[in-house]
Amino acid sequence: MTETTILGAGVMGLAIATELTSRGIRPRIIDPAGKPGSHACSWRAGGMLAPYCEGESAEPVVLRLGRDAADWWQAQGTEVIRRGTLVLAPSRDRAELDRFARLTESHSALDAAGIAELEPELEGRFSRGLFYATEAHLNPRAALLTLRDRLAEQGIQIETEGTPSGLVIDARGYAARDQLPDLRGVRGEMLVLRCPEVNLTRTVRLLHPRIPLYVVGRGDGIYMIGATMLETGGKYRVTARSAVEMLNAAYALHPGFAEAEILELGSDARPAFPDNLPRLRRRGSTLFANGLYRHGYLLAPALARMTADYLTTGKKPEFMDEDHP
Amino acid sequence: MPVYYDTQIDSALMLGTAQYPSPAIMAQAFHAAQAGIATVSLRREGGAGQDFHKLIKGLNIPVLPNTAGCHSVREAVTTAQMARELFETPWIKLEIIRDDDTLCPDVVALVEAARILSDDGFQVFPYCTEDLSVCGRLVDAGCRVLMPWGAPIGSGRGLNNVYGLRSVRAHFPDIPLVVDAGIGLPSHAAQAMELGYDGVLLNTAVAKAGDPVAMARAMALAIEAGRLAHQATPIEARDMAAPSTPVFGMAALGQGGMA
Repeated sequence: MTETTILGAGVMGLAIATELTSRGIRPRIIDPAGKPGSHACSWRAGGMLAPYCEGESAEPVVLRLGRDAADWWQAQGTEVIRRGTLVLAPSRDRAELDRFARLTESHSALDAAGIAELEPELEGRFSRGLFYATEAHLNPRAALLTLRDRLAEQGIQIETEGTPSGLVIDARGYAARDQLPDLRGVRGEMLVLRCPEVNLTRTVRLLHPRIPLYVVGRGDGIYMIGATMLETGGKYRVTARSAVEMLNAAYALHPGFAEAEILELGSDARPAFPDNLPRLRRRGSTLFANGLYRHGYLLAPALARMTADYLTTGKKPEFMDEDHP
Repeated sequence: MPVYYDTQIDSALMLGTAQYPSPAIMAQAFHAAQAGIATVSLRREGGAGQDFHKLIKGLNIPVLPNTAGCHSVREAVTTAQMARELFETPWIKLEIIRDDDTLCPDVVALVEAARILSDDGFQVFPYCTEDLSVCGRLVDAGCRVLMPWGAPIGSGRGLNNVYGLRSVRAHFPDIPLVVDAGIGLPSHAAQAMELGYDGVLLNTAVAKAGDPVAMARAMALAIEAGRLAHQATPIEARDMAAPSTPVFGMAALGQGGMA
Protein backbone atom coordinates (compact mmCIF):
# COMPACT_ATOMS: atom_id res chain seq x y z
CA MET A 1 0.00 0.00 0.00
CA THR A 2 1.34 3.40 -0.91
CA GLU A 3 1.79 6.15 1.59
CA THR A 4 -1.35 8.09 2.59
CA THR A 5 -1.64 11.59 4.01
CA ILE A 6 -4.84 12.95 5.49
CA LEU A 7 -5.35 16.72 5.53
CA GLY A 8 -7.53 17.93 8.37
CA ALA A 9 -8.11 16.64 11.90
CA GLY A 10 -11.83 17.28 12.09
CA VAL A 11 -14.42 14.55 12.26
CA MET A 12 -13.89 13.46 8.66
CA GLY A 13 -10.12 13.27 8.78
CA LEU A 14 -9.93 11.50 12.13
CA ALA A 15 -12.66 9.02 11.21
CA ILE A 16 -10.83 8.11 8.03
CA ALA A 17 -7.53 7.80 9.91
CA THR A 18 -9.21 5.51 12.42
CA GLU A 19 -10.78 3.32 9.77
CA LEU A 20 -7.55 3.09 7.76
CA THR A 21 -5.52 2.23 10.86
CA SER A 22 -7.91 -0.58 11.72
CA ARG A 23 -7.14 -2.06 8.32
CA GLY A 24 -3.43 -1.88 8.66
CA ILE A 25 -2.81 1.35 6.78
CA ARG A 26 -0.90 3.91 8.81
CA PRO A 27 -1.74 7.35 7.43
CA ARG A 28 -0.01 10.61 8.19
CA ILE A 29 -2.33 13.37 9.42
CA ILE A 30 -1.55 17.03 8.82
CA ASP A 31 -3.49 19.81 10.48
CA PRO A 32 -1.94 23.21 11.19
CA ALA A 33 -3.64 23.31 14.60
CA GLY A 34 -2.03 20.03 15.63
CA LYS A 35 -5.15 18.78 17.38
CA PRO A 36 -8.91 18.74 17.07
CA GLY A 37 -10.28 22.15 17.96
CA SER A 38 -12.40 25.14 17.14
CA HIS A 39 -10.94 25.53 13.64
CA ALA A 40 -13.07 22.52 12.62
CA CYS A 41 -16.82 22.92 12.31
CA SER A 42 -17.23 19.46 13.88
CA TRP A 43 -16.01 21.02 17.13
CA ARG A 44 -19.30 22.93 17.33
CA ALA A 45 -21.60 20.14 16.25
CA GLY A 46 -24.57 18.91 18.24
CA GLY A 47 -23.33 15.33 18.15
CA MET A 48 -26.80 13.92 17.58
CA LEU A 49 -26.89 10.44 16.12
CA ALA A 50 -30.46 10.90 14.98
CA PRO A 51 -30.95 9.31 11.57
CA TYR A 52 -34.72 9.10 11.91
CA CYS A 53 -35.27 12.72 12.88
CA GLU A 54 -32.94 13.84 10.12
CA GLY A 55 -35.26 12.04 7.70
CA GLU A 56 -37.55 15.06 8.00
CA SER A 57 -35.42 16.91 5.48
CA ALA A 58 -32.63 14.53 4.45
CA GLU A 59 -32.66 11.96 1.67
CA PRO A 60 -33.39 8.35 2.72
CA VAL A 61 -29.75 7.43 2.12
CA VAL A 62 -28.77 9.51 5.17
CA LEU A 63 -30.89 7.23 7.32
CA ARG A 64 -29.40 4.11 5.76
CA LEU A 65 -25.79 5.24 6.11
CA GLY A 66 -26.30 6.76 9.54
CA ARG A 67 -28.06 3.87 11.21
CA ASP A 68 -24.82 2.20 12.37
CA ALA A 69 -23.07 5.40 13.42
CA ALA A 70 -23.77 4.99 17.13
CA ASP A 71 -22.24 1.52 17.12
CA TRP A 72 -19.16 2.76 15.27
CA TRP A 73 -18.54 5.57 17.73
CA GLN A 74 -19.03 3.29 20.68
CA ALA A 75 -16.57 0.80 19.19
CA GLN A 76 -13.97 3.59 19.08
CA GLY A 77 -14.27 4.09 22.83
CA THR A 78 -16.54 7.13 22.71
CA GLU A 79 -19.33 7.39 25.23
CA VAL A 80 -22.58 7.14 23.30
CA ILE A 81 -25.73 8.09 25.18
CA ARG A 82 -28.63 6.01 23.95
CA ARG A 83 -31.69 7.62 25.42
CA GLY A 84 -33.53 8.52 22.27
CA THR A 85 -34.80 11.87 20.98
CA LEU A 86 -37.85 13.70 22.24
CA VAL A 87 -39.52 15.97 19.68
CA LEU A 88 -41.95 18.60 20.95
CA ALA A 89 -43.93 21.55 19.66
CA PRO A 90 -45.86 24.28 21.45
CA SER A 91 -49.58 23.71 21.11
CA ARG A 92 -49.99 26.50 18.59
CA ASP A 93 -47.41 24.82 16.33
CA ARG A 94 -49.03 21.40 16.42
CA ALA A 95 -49.13 21.31 12.65
CA GLU A 96 -45.33 21.20 12.72
CA LEU A 97 -45.46 18.07 14.86
CA ASP A 98 -47.91 16.40 12.48
CA ARG A 99 -45.70 17.22 9.56
CA PHE A 100 -42.59 15.94 11.32
CA ALA A 101 -44.36 12.68 12.23
CA ARG A 102 -45.52 12.19 8.65
CA LEU A 103 -42.05 12.67 7.19
CA THR A 104 -40.14 10.45 9.64
CA GLU A 105 -40.28 6.88 10.91
CA SER A 106 -39.53 4.84 14.04
CA HIS A 107 -41.29 7.16 16.44
CA SER A 108 -44.04 6.73 18.96
CA ALA A 109 -46.60 9.39 19.84
CA LEU A 110 -46.58 10.75 23.37
CA ASP A 111 -49.22 12.56 25.36
CA ALA A 112 -48.54 14.89 28.29
CA ALA A 113 -48.15 11.98 30.70
CA GLY A 114 -45.77 10.17 28.36
CA ILE A 115 -43.62 13.28 28.03
CA ALA A 116 -43.54 13.78 31.80
CA GLU A 117 -42.53 10.18 32.28
CA LEU A 118 -39.52 10.59 30.01
CA GLU A 119 -38.54 14.08 31.15
CA PRO A 120 -40.18 14.91 34.50
CA GLU A 121 -39.15 18.58 34.32
CA LEU A 122 -41.27 19.08 31.22
CA GLU A 123 -44.42 17.97 33.02
CA GLY A 124 -47.40 20.14 32.17
CA ARG A 125 -45.56 22.08 29.48
CA PHE A 126 -46.36 20.08 26.37
CA SER A 127 -49.39 18.03 25.48
CA ARG A 128 -48.04 16.12 22.51
CA GLY A 129 -44.68 14.84 21.40
CA LEU A 130 -42.82 12.21 19.43
CA PHE A 131 -40.25 9.80 20.82
CA TYR A 132 -37.49 8.26 18.72
CA ALA A 133 -36.35 5.60 21.16
CA THR A 134 -33.38 4.22 19.23
CA GLU A 135 -31.56 7.49 18.62
CA ALA A 136 -28.44 8.55 20.49
CA HIS A 137 -25.98 11.36 20.96
CA LEU A 138 -22.37 11.90 21.90
CA ASN A 139 -20.13 14.72 23.00
CA PRO A 140 -18.36 15.80 19.80
CA ARG A 141 -15.28 17.25 21.45
CA ALA A 142 -14.76 14.19 23.61
CA ALA A 143 -15.31 11.98 20.58
CA LEU A 144 -12.68 13.79 18.50
CA LEU A 145 -10.16 13.74 21.34
CA THR A 146 -10.78 10.03 21.86
CA LEU A 147 -10.04 9.34 18.22
CA ARG A 148 -6.94 11.50 18.45
CA ASP A 149 -5.73 9.65 21.59
CA ARG A 150 -6.34 6.23 20.09
CA LEU A 151 -4.40 7.14 16.98
CA ALA A 152 -1.59 8.52 19.12
CA GLU A 153 -1.46 5.23 21.04
CA GLN A 154 -0.70 3.59 17.73
CA GLY A 155 2.01 6.08 16.98
CA ILE A 156 0.06 8.31 14.63
CA GLN A 157 0.57 11.93 15.62
CA ILE A 158 -1.03 14.96 14.04
CA GLU A 159 1.67 16.92 12.23
CA THR A 160 1.27 20.68 12.15
CA GLU A 161 3.24 21.18 8.97
CA GLY A 162 5.00 19.19 6.34
CA THR A 163 4.58 18.15 2.74
CA PRO A 164 1.88 15.61 2.03
CA SER A 165 3.21 12.40 0.55
CA GLY A 166 1.62 9.60 -1.41
CA LEU A 167 -2.12 9.60 -1.85
CA VAL A 168 -3.59 12.72 -0.27
CA ILE A 169 -6.99 12.50 1.40
CA ASP A 170 -8.30 16.02 1.65
CA ALA A 171 -10.74 16.18 4.58
CA ARG A 172 -10.54 19.90 5.28
CA GLY A 173 -14.27 20.60 5.15
CA TYR A 174 -15.20 24.10 4.02
CA ALA A 175 -11.51 25.01 3.78
CA ALA A 176 -11.29 22.81 0.67
CA ARG A 177 -13.63 25.15 -1.12
CA ASP A 178 -10.74 26.57 -3.13
CA GLN A 179 -10.48 23.16 -4.82
CA LEU A 180 -14.15 22.21 -4.87
CA PRO A 181 -16.13 24.96 -6.61
CA ASP A 182 -19.51 23.33 -5.94
CA LEU A 183 -18.90 23.15 -2.21
CA ARG A 184 -20.77 25.78 -0.22
CA GLY A 185 -20.97 26.77 3.43
CA VAL A 186 -24.23 26.46 5.35
CA ARG A 187 -23.84 28.56 8.40
CA GLY A 188 -24.74 27.22 11.80
CA GLU A 189 -24.79 29.10 15.07
CA MET A 190 -24.86 27.48 18.50
CA LEU A 191 -24.62 28.26 22.18
CA VAL A 192 -23.25 26.39 25.14
CA LEU A 193 -25.07 27.05 28.40
CA ARG A 194 -24.44 26.00 31.97
CA CYS A 195 -27.68 25.54 33.79
CA PRO A 196 -27.61 23.07 36.68
CA GLU A 197 -31.27 23.82 37.39
CA VAL A 198 -32.31 22.15 34.16
CA ASN A 199 -32.29 18.38 34.09
CA LEU A 200 -32.98 17.01 30.64
CA THR A 201 -31.69 13.50 30.12
CA ARG A 202 -31.93 13.15 26.35
CA THR A 203 -31.81 15.21 23.19
CA VAL A 204 -34.90 17.40 22.88
CA ARG A 205 -35.99 19.05 19.66
CA LEU A 206 -38.47 21.89 19.72
CA LEU A 207 -40.24 22.43 16.43
CA HIS A 208 -41.08 25.90 15.25
CA PRO A 209 -41.76 27.20 11.74
CA ARG A 210 -38.96 29.75 11.94
CA ILE A 211 -36.73 28.80 14.83
CA PRO A 212 -36.43 25.03 15.25
CA LEU A 213 -34.17 24.22 18.17
CA TYR A 214 -32.40 21.28 19.67
CA VAL A 215 -30.90 20.89 23.11
CA VAL A 216 -28.20 18.29 23.71
CA GLY A 217 -26.91 17.61 27.19
CA ARG A 218 -23.17 17.50 27.81
CA GLY A 219 -23.37 16.43 31.44
CA ASP A 220 -22.70 18.50 34.58
CA GLY A 221 -25.57 20.84 33.78
CA ILE A 222 -24.06 21.90 30.47
CA TYR A 223 -26.21 22.06 27.36
CA MET A 224 -25.49 22.72 23.74
CA ILE A 225 -28.24 24.70 22.02
CA GLY A 226 -28.43 24.80 18.27
CA ALA A 227 -28.50 25.49 15.55
CA THR A 228 -29.34 27.92 12.81
CA MET A 229 -29.22 26.91 9.15
CA LEU A 230 -28.33 29.90 7.02
CA GLU A 231 -27.27 29.92 3.41
CA THR A 232 -24.79 32.66 4.11
CA GLY A 233 -21.51 31.08 3.19
CA GLY A 234 -18.38 31.64 5.20
CA LYS A 235 -17.53 32.10 8.81
CA TYR A 236 -19.05 34.91 10.79
CA ARG A 237 -19.74 35.42 14.45
CA VAL A 238 -23.11 34.73 16.00
CA THR A 239 -25.61 37.47 15.29
CA ALA A 240 -27.58 39.03 18.11
CA ARG A 241 -30.75 37.98 16.40
CA SER A 242 -29.79 34.31 16.25
CA ALA A 243 -28.69 34.35 19.87
CA VAL A 244 -31.92 35.99 20.99
CA GLU A 245 -34.08 33.63 18.99
CA MET A 246 -32.32 30.51 20.17
CA LEU A 247 -32.39 31.64 23.79
CA ASN A 248 -36.08 32.50 23.49
CA ALA A 249 -36.80 29.08 22.09
CA ALA A 250 -34.78 27.42 24.85
CA TYR A 251 -36.74 29.42 27.41
CA ALA A 252 -39.99 28.33 25.77
CA LEU A 253 -38.84 24.73 26.15
CA HIS A 254 -37.80 25.04 29.78
CA PRO A 255 -38.01 28.29 31.76
CA GLY A 256 -35.02 27.16 33.80
CA PHE A 257 -32.80 28.22 30.91
CA ALA A 258 -33.48 31.84 31.86
CA GLU A 259 -30.92 31.46 34.62
CA ALA A 260 -28.29 29.80 32.45
CA GLU A 261 -24.75 31.10 32.14
CA ILE A 262 -23.69 31.53 28.53
CA LEU A 263 -20.39 29.69 28.23
CA GLU A 264 -19.93 29.95 24.52
CA LEU A 265 -21.40 31.41 21.35
CA GLY A 266 -20.18 29.64 18.26
CA SER A 267 -20.66 29.88 14.53
CA ASP A 268 -19.22 27.96 11.62
CA ALA A 269 -19.81 26.88 8.03
CA ARG A 270 -20.98 23.34 7.34
CA PRO A 271 -19.48 22.08 4.08
CA ALA A 272 -22.20 20.98 1.68
CA PHE A 273 -22.58 19.98 -1.96
CA PRO A 274 -25.73 21.07 -3.86
CA ASP A 275 -27.63 17.88 -2.93
CA ASN A 276 -26.51 18.15 0.71
CA LEU A 277 -25.03 14.64 0.46
CA PRO A 278 -21.39 13.77 1.12
CA ARG A 279 -19.08 12.32 -1.45
CA LEU A 280 -15.57 11.23 -2.26
CA ARG A 281 -14.00 12.79 -5.27
CA ARG A 282 -10.75 11.73 -6.89
CA ARG A 283 -8.58 14.35 -8.56
CA GLY A 284 -5.22 12.96 -9.61
CA SER A 285 -3.44 11.85 -6.46
CA THR A 286 -5.91 13.60 -4.18
CA LEU A 287 -9.07 12.05 -2.81
CA PHE A 288 -11.49 14.60 -1.40
CA ALA A 289 -13.81 13.44 1.37
CA ASN A 290 -16.26 16.22 2.03
CA GLY A 291 -19.84 17.52 2.13
CA LEU A 292 -20.96 16.06 5.44
CA TYR A 293 -23.29 19.07 5.81
CA ARG A 294 -25.18 18.80 9.10
CA HIS A 295 -24.47 15.09 9.41
CA GLY A 296 -20.82 15.02 10.48
CA TYR A 297 -21.00 12.48 13.29
CA LEU A 298 -23.85 10.60 11.68
CA LEU A 299 -22.18 10.04 8.31
CA ALA A 300 -18.43 10.26 8.96
CA PRO A 301 -18.23 6.54 9.92
CA ALA A 302 -19.91 5.45 6.66
CA LEU A 303 -17.79 7.78 4.55
CA ALA A 304 -14.63 6.64 6.36
CA ARG A 305 -15.55 3.03 5.62
CA MET A 306 -16.10 3.83 1.96
CA THR A 307 -12.73 5.56 1.82
CA ALA A 308 -10.97 2.61 3.41
CA ASP A 309 -12.78 0.14 1.14
CA TYR A 310 -11.76 2.16 -1.87
CA LEU A 311 -8.12 2.31 -0.82
CA THR A 312 -7.81 -1.34 0.22
CA THR A 313 -9.97 -3.10 -2.36
CA GLY A 314 -10.52 -0.52 -5.10
CA LYS A 315 -14.25 -0.91 -4.55
CA LYS A 316 -16.01 2.08 -5.99
CA PRO A 317 -17.84 3.85 -3.18
CA GLU A 318 -21.52 4.67 -3.35
CA PHE A 319 -20.73 8.35 -3.15
CA MET A 320 -17.84 8.48 -5.53
CA ASP A 321 -18.10 11.33 -7.90
CA GLU A 322 -15.82 11.08 -10.89
CA ASP A 323 -17.14 14.13 -12.68
CA HIS A 324 -14.65 16.81 -13.55
CA PRO A 325 -15.61 20.44 -13.36
CA MET B 1 -48.91 35.53 -19.68
CA PRO B 2 -48.13 38.27 -17.18
CA VAL B 3 -46.25 41.44 -17.99
CA TYR B 4 -44.55 43.14 -15.06
CA TYR B 5 -43.06 46.55 -15.76
CA ASP B 6 -42.88 45.85 -19.51
CA THR B 7 -41.22 42.48 -19.05
CA GLN B 8 -43.23 39.54 -20.27
CA ILE B 9 -42.85 36.39 -18.19
CA ASP B 10 -43.55 32.92 -19.53
CA SER B 11 -45.26 31.58 -16.45
CA ALA B 12 -47.74 32.87 -13.90
CA LEU B 13 -45.85 31.14 -11.11
CA MET B 14 -43.28 32.94 -8.99
CA LEU B 15 -41.46 30.49 -6.75
CA GLY B 16 -39.46 31.25 -3.62
CA THR B 17 -36.02 29.79 -2.95
CA ALA B 18 -36.04 29.24 0.82
CA GLN B 19 -36.42 26.16 2.98
CA TYR B 20 -35.82 23.39 0.44
CA PRO B 21 -34.16 20.18 1.64
CA SER B 22 -31.21 20.97 -0.64
CA PRO B 23 -30.27 23.31 -3.48
CA ALA B 24 -30.39 20.32 -5.83
CA ILE B 25 -34.03 19.64 -4.92
CA MET B 26 -34.76 23.35 -5.24
CA ALA B 27 -33.43 23.32 -8.80
CA GLN B 28 -35.51 20.24 -9.64
CA ALA B 29 -38.61 21.90 -8.17
CA PHE B 30 -38.06 24.99 -10.31
CA HIS B 31 -37.73 22.82 -13.35
CA ALA B 32 -40.90 20.88 -12.52
CA ALA B 33 -42.81 24.08 -11.81
CA GLN B 34 -41.58 25.85 -14.93
CA ALA B 35 -41.58 28.89 -12.69
CA GLY B 36 -41.24 32.23 -14.44
CA ILE B 37 -39.55 34.14 -11.63
CA ALA B 38 -37.39 33.15 -8.67
CA THR B 39 -37.74 35.22 -5.52
CA VAL B 40 -34.81 35.41 -3.17
CA SER B 41 -34.30 36.93 0.24
CA LEU B 42 -31.28 39.06 0.94
CA ARG B 43 -31.65 38.69 4.61
CA ARG B 44 -32.08 35.65 6.79
CA GLU B 45 -34.33 32.95 5.46
CA GLY B 46 -33.16 32.81 1.91
CA GLY B 47 -29.67 33.69 2.87
CA ALA B 48 -27.16 36.26 1.77
CA GLY B 49 -24.24 34.06 0.80
CA GLN B 50 -22.50 34.31 -2.53
CA ASP B 51 -22.57 30.53 -2.88
CA PHE B 52 -26.33 30.50 -2.63
CA HIS B 53 -26.76 33.44 -4.98
CA LYS B 54 -24.70 31.58 -7.55
CA LEU B 55 -27.14 28.69 -7.31
CA ILE B 56 -30.09 31.07 -7.78
CA LYS B 57 -28.52 32.67 -10.82
CA GLY B 58 -27.95 29.15 -12.14
CA LEU B 59 -31.73 28.69 -12.39
CA ASN B 60 -31.59 30.96 -15.46
CA ILE B 61 -34.87 32.76 -14.87
CA PRO B 62 -35.47 36.36 -13.81
CA VAL B 63 -34.74 36.95 -10.13
CA LEU B 64 -37.04 39.03 -7.94
CA PRO B 65 -35.08 39.90 -4.80
CA ASN B 66 -37.14 40.65 -1.73
CA THR B 67 -36.79 42.56 1.50
CA ALA B 68 -38.15 39.76 3.70
CA GLY B 69 -37.17 40.22 7.31
CA CYS B 70 -37.15 44.01 7.16
CA HIS B 71 -39.05 45.83 9.90
CA SER B 72 -38.65 49.46 8.89
CA VAL B 73 -38.65 51.76 5.88
CA ARG B 74 -34.97 52.46 6.23
CA GLU B 75 -34.04 48.80 6.48
CA ALA B 76 -36.14 47.94 3.44
CA VAL B 77 -34.68 50.76 1.35
CA THR B 78 -31.11 49.75 2.22
CA THR B 79 -31.84 46.12 1.47
CA ALA B 80 -33.40 47.07 -1.86
CA GLN B 81 -30.32 49.03 -2.81
CA MET B 82 -28.10 46.08 -1.97
CA ALA B 83 -30.35 43.80 -4.00
CA ARG B 84 -30.15 46.08 -7.02
CA GLU B 85 -26.37 45.90 -6.98
CA LEU B 86 -26.16 42.21 -6.29
CA PHE B 87 -28.70 41.00 -8.83
CA GLU B 88 -28.42 43.87 -11.30
CA THR B 89 -32.18 44.37 -11.46
CA PRO B 90 -34.48 47.31 -10.71
CA TRP B 91 -37.10 44.83 -9.45
CA ILE B 92 -37.72 44.59 -5.75
CA LYS B 93 -40.37 42.69 -3.88
CA LEU B 94 -41.04 45.07 -1.06
CA GLU B 95 -41.91 43.39 2.19
CA ILE B 96 -42.01 45.20 5.52
CA ILE B 97 -43.20 43.19 8.48
CA ARG B 98 -44.84 44.66 11.51
CA ASP B 99 -45.01 41.58 13.67
CA ASP B 100 -42.97 38.39 13.44
CA ASP B 101 -45.75 36.12 14.59
CA THR B 102 -48.26 37.01 11.91
CA LEU B 103 -45.76 38.35 9.37
CA CYS B 104 -48.49 40.85 8.59
CA PRO B 105 -47.37 43.59 6.17
CA ASP B 106 -46.85 47.00 7.76
CA VAL B 107 -48.89 48.81 5.15
CA VAL B 108 -48.09 52.31 6.41
CA ALA B 109 -44.35 51.77 6.14
CA LEU B 110 -44.90 49.94 2.88
CA VAL B 111 -46.47 52.94 1.16
CA GLU B 112 -43.68 55.21 2.32
CA ALA B 113 -40.93 52.83 1.22
CA ALA B 114 -42.67 52.20 -2.10
CA ARG B 115 -42.62 55.93 -2.85
CA ILE B 116 -38.95 56.31 -1.92
CA LEU B 117 -37.95 53.32 -4.02
CA SER B 118 -40.13 54.22 -7.02
CA ASP B 119 -38.67 57.74 -7.03
CA ASP B 120 -35.23 56.13 -7.00
CA GLY B 121 -35.99 54.15 -10.15
CA PHE B 122 -36.95 50.84 -8.60
CA GLN B 123 -39.78 48.75 -10.00
CA VAL B 124 -41.60 47.81 -6.86
CA PHE B 125 -43.63 44.62 -6.24
CA PRO B 126 -45.28 45.39 -2.88
CA TYR B 127 -46.40 42.55 -0.60
CA CYS B 128 -49.60 44.05 0.79
CA THR B 129 -52.99 43.23 2.22
CA GLU B 130 -56.16 43.14 0.13
CA ASP B 131 -57.22 46.54 1.48
CA LEU B 132 -58.40 48.73 -1.40
CA SER B 133 -57.16 51.96 0.15
CA VAL B 134 -53.69 50.54 0.71
CA CYS B 135 -53.63 49.20 -2.84
CA GLY B 136 -54.66 52.62 -4.14
CA ARG B 137 -51.95 54.35 -2.12
CA LEU B 138 -49.36 51.94 -3.48
CA VAL B 139 -50.40 52.67 -7.03
CA ASP B 140 -50.22 56.40 -6.24
CA ALA B 141 -46.71 55.80 -4.90
CA GLY B 142 -45.65 54.40 -8.26
CA CYS B 143 -46.28 50.65 -7.99
CA ARG B 144 -47.40 49.02 -11.23
CA VAL B 145 -47.80 45.59 -9.68
CA LEU B 146 -49.71 44.68 -6.52
CA MET B 147 -49.15 41.54 -4.50
CA PRO B 148 -51.92 41.11 -1.92
CA TRP B 149 -51.67 38.18 0.47
CA GLY B 150 -53.91 35.17 0.41
CA ALA B 151 -53.19 34.42 4.07
CA PRO B 152 -50.20 34.95 6.39
CA ILE B 153 -46.84 33.81 5.06
CA GLY B 154 -46.26 30.10 5.46
CA SER B 155 -49.72 29.45 6.92
CA GLY B 156 -50.98 27.45 3.95
CA ARG B 157 -54.53 28.61 4.62
CA GLY B 158 -55.38 29.59 1.08
CA LEU B 159 -57.39 32.69 0.15
CA ASN B 160 -58.78 34.02 3.42
CA ASN B 161 -60.77 36.83 1.87
CA VAL B 162 -61.94 35.91 -1.59
CA TYR B 163 -64.35 38.82 -1.69
CA GLY B 164 -61.51 41.24 -0.90
CA LEU B 165 -59.21 39.78 -3.53
CA ARG B 166 -62.02 39.94 -6.09
CA SER B 167 -62.57 43.59 -5.21
CA VAL B 168 -58.90 44.39 -5.78
CA ARG B 169 -59.11 42.75 -9.18
CA ALA B 170 -62.22 44.75 -10.04
CA HIS B 171 -60.74 48.06 -8.86
CA PHE B 172 -57.39 47.68 -10.57
CA PRO B 173 -58.17 46.05 -13.90
CA ASP B 174 -54.97 47.32 -15.53
CA ILE B 175 -52.50 46.57 -12.76
CA PRO B 176 -50.89 43.10 -12.76
CA LEU B 177 -51.98 41.34 -9.57
CA VAL B 178 -50.20 38.47 -7.84
CA VAL B 179 -51.46 36.56 -4.83
CA ASP B 180 -48.44 36.38 -2.56
CA ALA B 181 -48.33 34.14 0.51
CA GLY B 182 -50.73 31.79 2.20
CA ILE B 183 -50.99 29.25 -0.61
CA GLY B 184 -50.95 25.70 0.78
CA LEU B 185 -52.55 23.60 -1.94
CA PRO B 186 -52.79 23.64 -5.72
CA SER B 187 -56.52 24.32 -5.37
CA HIS B 188 -55.68 27.61 -3.61
CA ALA B 189 -53.42 28.61 -6.47
CA ALA B 190 -56.04 27.64 -9.03
CA GLN B 191 -58.62 29.72 -7.19
CA ALA B 192 -56.39 32.80 -7.32
CA MET B 193 -56.01 32.41 -11.05
CA GLU B 194 -59.75 31.82 -11.50
CA LEU B 195 -60.28 35.22 -9.87
CA GLY B 196 -58.36 36.71 -12.75
CA TYR B 197 -55.07 37.26 -10.99
CA ASP B 198 -52.01 37.44 -13.17
CA GLY B 199 -49.81 35.30 -11.03
CA VAL B 200 -49.20 33.45 -7.80
CA LEU B 201 -46.14 33.60 -5.56
CA LEU B 202 -45.51 30.68 -3.25
CA ASN B 203 -42.63 29.01 -1.46
CA THR B 204 -43.39 27.02 1.70
CA ALA B 205 -46.12 24.92 0.09
CA VAL B 206 -43.55 23.48 -2.31
CA ALA B 207 -40.35 23.62 -0.26
CA LYS B 208 -41.83 21.95 2.82
CA ALA B 209 -43.93 19.36 1.02
CA GLY B 210 -42.80 15.78 1.53
CA ASP B 211 -41.97 15.69 -2.18
CA PRO B 212 -41.21 19.26 -3.25
CA VAL B 213 -40.68 18.34 -6.89
CA ALA B 214 -44.06 16.62 -7.23
CA MET B 215 -45.77 19.51 -5.45
CA ALA B 216 -44.07 22.00 -7.75
CA ARG B 217 -45.52 20.21 -10.74
CA ALA B 218 -48.95 20.09 -9.09
CA MET B 219 -48.84 23.84 -8.52
CA ALA B 220 -47.85 24.48 -12.13
CA LEU B 221 -50.77 22.40 -13.41
CA ALA B 222 -53.22 24.09 -11.04
CA ILE B 223 -52.09 27.56 -12.03
CA GLU B 224 -52.45 26.72 -15.67
CA ALA B 225 -55.89 25.24 -15.03
CA GLY B 226 -57.00 28.35 -13.14
CA ARG B 227 -55.62 30.65 -15.81
CA LEU B 228 -57.44 28.82 -18.59
CA ALA B 229 -60.63 28.71 -16.54
CA HIS B 230 -60.58 32.47 -16.11
CA GLN B 231 -60.01 33.04 -19.82
CA ALA B 232 -62.83 30.66 -20.60
CA THR B 233 -65.33 32.88 -18.69
CA PRO B 234 -66.74 30.52 -16.07
CA ILE B 235 -70.46 30.21 -15.51
CA GLU B 236 -71.99 31.94 -12.53
CA ALA B 237 -72.99 29.94 -9.51
CA ARG B 238 -76.77 29.84 -9.01
CA ASP B 239 -79.18 28.74 -6.36
CA MET B 240 -81.35 26.45 -8.45
CA ALA B 241 -80.39 23.44 -10.51
CA ALA B 242 -80.04 24.12 -14.21
CA PRO B 243 -80.17 20.82 -16.08
CA SER B 244 -77.61 20.40 -18.82
CA THR B 245 -80.15 18.38 -20.77
CA PRO B 246 -83.73 19.60 -21.12
CA VAL B 247 -86.22 17.38 -19.32
CA PHE B 248 -89.34 18.68 -21.01
CA GLY B 249 -90.73 16.11 -23.37
CA MET B 250 -88.63 13.21 -22.16
CA ALA B 251 -90.21 9.81 -21.88
CA ALA B 252 -91.66 9.58 -18.40
CA LEU B 253 -89.50 6.72 -17.20
CA GLY B 254 -90.00 5.60 -13.66
CA GLN B 255 -93.77 6.17 -13.68
CA GLY B 256 -95.83 3.08 -13.46
CA GLY B 257 -93.19 0.76 -12.02
CA MET B 258 -90.91 -0.01 -14.92
CA ALA B 259 -88.54 -1.99 -12.70
